[in-house]
Amino acid sequence: MEGEIHRALGLTDDEAVQIERLLGRQPNHLELAMYSVMWSEHCSYKSSRVHLKRLPTEGQRVLVGPGENAGVVDAGGGLAIALRIESHNHPSAIEPYQGAATGVGGILRDIFTMGARPIALMDPLRFGSPKDPRSRWIATGVISGISGYGNSVGVPTVGGEIVFDECYADNPLVNVLCCGVLPVDRLVLGRASGVGNLAVLLGSTTGRDGIGGVSVLASAGFSDDAGAEEAKRPNVQVGDPFEEKRLIEACLQLLDESLVIGIQDLGGAGLTCATSETASRGGVGMDVDVTAVPRREPGMEPWEVMTSESQERMLAIVTPEACDRVLDVCRSWEVRATVVGRVTESGRLRIVDGWDGKVLADVPAATLHEDAPVYNRAMARPAGLDARQADDPSRLPSPPDVGSDLLALLVDPSWVYRQYDHQLFLNTVVAPGGDAALLRLAGPGVPTPTPDDRRGLALSTDGNARWCSLDPRAGTALVVAESALNVACVGADPVALVNCLNFGNPEHPEVMWQLSEAIDGMADACRALGIPVIGGNVSLYNESRGVDIDPTPVVGTLGLVEHLRRRPPGLNLVDGSSIIMVGAVGSLAAAPSLAGSRWAVELNDHRGGRLPDLDFVLHARLLSLVADLVGDSSGLVDGVHDVSEGGLGLALAEMAVNSGVGFMVRGVVDHAALFGEEPSRVVFSVPDRSLAEVRRRVESAALGFVELGRGFGDRLFIEGLVDVNLAEAVDAWRSWLPAALGVELSTAD
Amino acid sequence: MTARIGVVLFPGSNCEHDVVEAVNALGGDAHIVWHDDRSLGTVDAVVLPGGFAHGDYLRPGALARFSPIMGAVEAFAAGGGPVVGICNGFQVLTEAHLLPGALQKNRGLTFLCTTVEVEVFSDRSVLTSGVEVGSRLRIPINHFEGSYICDQSTLDELRAEGRIILRYVDNPNGSLADIAGIANAAGNVVGLMPHPERAADALFGSTDGRILLGALLRSALAWSAVAAGS
Repeated sequence: MEGEIHRALGLTDDEAVQIERLLGRQPNHLELAMYSVMWSEHCSYKSSRVHLKRLPTEGQRVLVGPGENAGVVDAGGGLAIALRIESHNHPSAIEPYQGAATGVGGILRDIFTMGARPIALMDPLRFGSPKDPRSRWIATGVISGISGYGNSVGVPTVGGEIVFDECYADNPLVNVLCCGVLPVDRLVLGRASGVGNLAVLLGSTTGRDGIGGVSVLASAGFSDDAGAEEAKRPNVQVGDPFEEKRLIEACLQLLDESLVIGIQDLGGAGLTCATSETASRGGVGMDVDVTAVPRREPGMEPWEVMTSESQERMLAIVTPEACDRVLDVCRSWEVRATVVGRVTESGRLRIVDGWDGKVLADVPAATLHEDAPVYNRAMARPAGLDARQADDPSRLPSPPDVGSDLLALLVDPSWVYRQYDHQLFLNTVVAPGGDAALLRLAGPGVPTPTPDDRRGLALSTDGNARWCSLDPRAGTALVVAESALNVACVGADPVALVNCLNFGNPEHPEVMWQLSEAIDGMADACRALGIPVIGGNVSLYNESRGVDIDPTPVVGTLGLVEHLRRRPPGLNLVDGSSIIMVGAVGSLAAAPSLAGSRWAVELNDHRGGRLPDLDFVLHARLLSLVADLVGDSSGLVDGVHDVSEGGLGLALAEMAVNSGVGFMVRGVVDHAALFGEEPSRVVFSVPDRSLAEVRRRVESAALGFVELGRGFGDRLFIEGLVDVNLAEAVDAWRSWLPAALGVELSTAD
Repeated sequence: MTARIGVVLFPGSNCEHDVVEAVNALGGDAHIVWHDDRSLGTVDAVVLPGGFAHGDYLRPGALARFSPIMGAVEAFAAGGGPVVGICNGFQVLTEAHLLPGALQKNRGLTFLCTTVEVEVFSDRSVLTSGVEVGSRLRIPINHFEGSYICDQSTLDELRAEGRIILRYVDNPNGSLADIAGIANAAGNVVGLMPHPERAADALFGSTDGRILLGALLRSALAWSAVAAGS
């Protein structure tokens, strides 16, 4: 091999040898650059692929599973829903605003590539401690970037998460989920076919931004050399939401008019990825004239053009007959459109210097994908894990003031989501801040349903590194269970799930063990609950200064509501209504586990113990019962909230601060019963008139039922444990996040 | 009679579908008007919807005001036709000098998407005609540049002529005199930052936006009848 070029591009010596073997000759620099981006961890999933196979991906609603740009499920009534989640962790660590903004842009293209109108975004975010100024800078920059891009591009951001933990100090997690709606018959796949057809590049010009984004930036950890990290800044792309908005409209019109055969977004690995993927999926070849690509600056080398990750670009495969109309539609939306390639029968991706010019690269298109290396990397259970699990937080002393601990756990995320347009398209029934977002299933370009014929979709994103670091398998199963319960709390049945697997360096055997365990936990839970995994993203090398982040699998669960007639009651208490808890409620008396709880970790810095058990069969019964009670058209319940992070205490407190109604509760034995995060429990507020009926339904579902007390007055009162003024709780709830981030609370509050 | 409402689509607009849906649900007949056209066709009222026309690049509304359709909008307004700018549409109307003043960045320097309470402060406009002065409406806002500003003499004029049509009950963005919406002297051109189309269906929260959109439909028909007679 010549010199060290392949290493500078992020390829190993073995990989370089394999490329030479595939080509039967030495690759030139351009070819090497193309392999380096396509064989990067980010594009090829080379470390995770052997494990991902274990996830269940089939279900009767699944139209498109993993491997395409987005998963698609049949939502009934001639409509389908496209769903995808991605990470933009490393770019956001280097340049928070643009990193997050281009993360939004990228996920949108994955959705409208499928023919779907993007109708909702969600952003699960994780940052280092807000006490660290750099973490605050990253957090506020990321939130501004999502707000700036998402609002302007015209897609509502309907939810997400914000979590702070020291393990994300230099390596924040910025995950982005997008959901789109489409008529089933508009579904398109990123395939090229038809020899002689044309590849048209749509959208932005190609510049030097983002070169090596997938290989240098996304597929390596951060060092402690600040200068070296600063030097990666040019690898972060810059977003232009106005360009993307026009691109969305132009592409959806092209698809509506059936003008394209296949379409593919340009994301990681840019033109190399889009041309080789469409060609290899369609079993054809493609010639690409690199000189035809409109450029942002002079003097760009062919390898720069082919690996640039300039944003807001799409590649459409069209017939020569349709080409003029395609160019017309693009012109009307002021979207640049240029023929840059031709479909050939050779199966080879050839980069040419003008149609009759020199051949600059010539490789079998499929080798860029299918022959990417697959690594079954070494795995090892972390050495200290047994000792950690044996160190149970039940040994911690009882808190002197349970009420003040409860207040310390209350966080109102509205400072974040008020910066996001969460209402566009008139679909948002449950806005951010609820258990899950609930949207009307509709959108521009699909028929507007009549008020009697509305259906809904629910979305929840969930992750929990506190649980997963203690036991990645059980923790991930708990995350899936919680996510499904969240969508049930707005009346929906969970039907599909996407995942974003954020882990550390796969070259560390402990990280590979965590990844493998997490995938098994997810597979177990999804199989038991009947929720297929329809897509995902793996983000590795989340480490900094040699320390891996805690394992953080994030899931996005999609639920469907058959008849959307009323707003679900949400996190609500009503003065005089009963407060009950339903599900696996035996734990009120037995001392439940505090392992991995917010109380143990955040308030006591205790990260040990054994996670509580999860009974999948019971949980599945609970999911359908909750959706049934919430969706009941007669209004059986007037408040609902699942018990999860922060335990029963936080669930009750959140219902109180959201509704402005206090409560009186009895029978909670101690702080462990209050803060323990046992799964499969839901709190309801139930008016007297329906209490007997609710009880009957709970018991016929063979689930536990316990009366806790009543909504009442202006105090949070739990006998023997808590007695706090509601106004004080509201103040603690509202002020925590702005105070932590050092920002002002607006007067709109 | 059905009020025909033209909803202007600029590149980067994004609330046009929502306005069409809300207007049609109230019995109006809304359709999209393309920014590049020079004629409005037959309409009884025009809405400039929210969004980010031309990406809000340079300044919100600064580029959109030069769109070919704006000549027709100005002529329609000059003839007394009802014109309502919602959010970004309000910004376009101030940039086009169809309404006085300007919208600057929110106090607090963040985007704000939340539901606020506004008070109807004057019924002398096509959007508030027939609506009880003093009534309070819950309507969402969704903007970064929504803080209204103008010079003192303009403010005096707006006050004296009853042209401040909507005021925030609890000012969210630092807007001068709590202004959420204003009208021109004739009352036929209106700009407001809140989005009435987002408060038009109980499933999504408030229905108070229907009160304003309903008034617009009535004003459109009334104007249409007068214009036909003249």
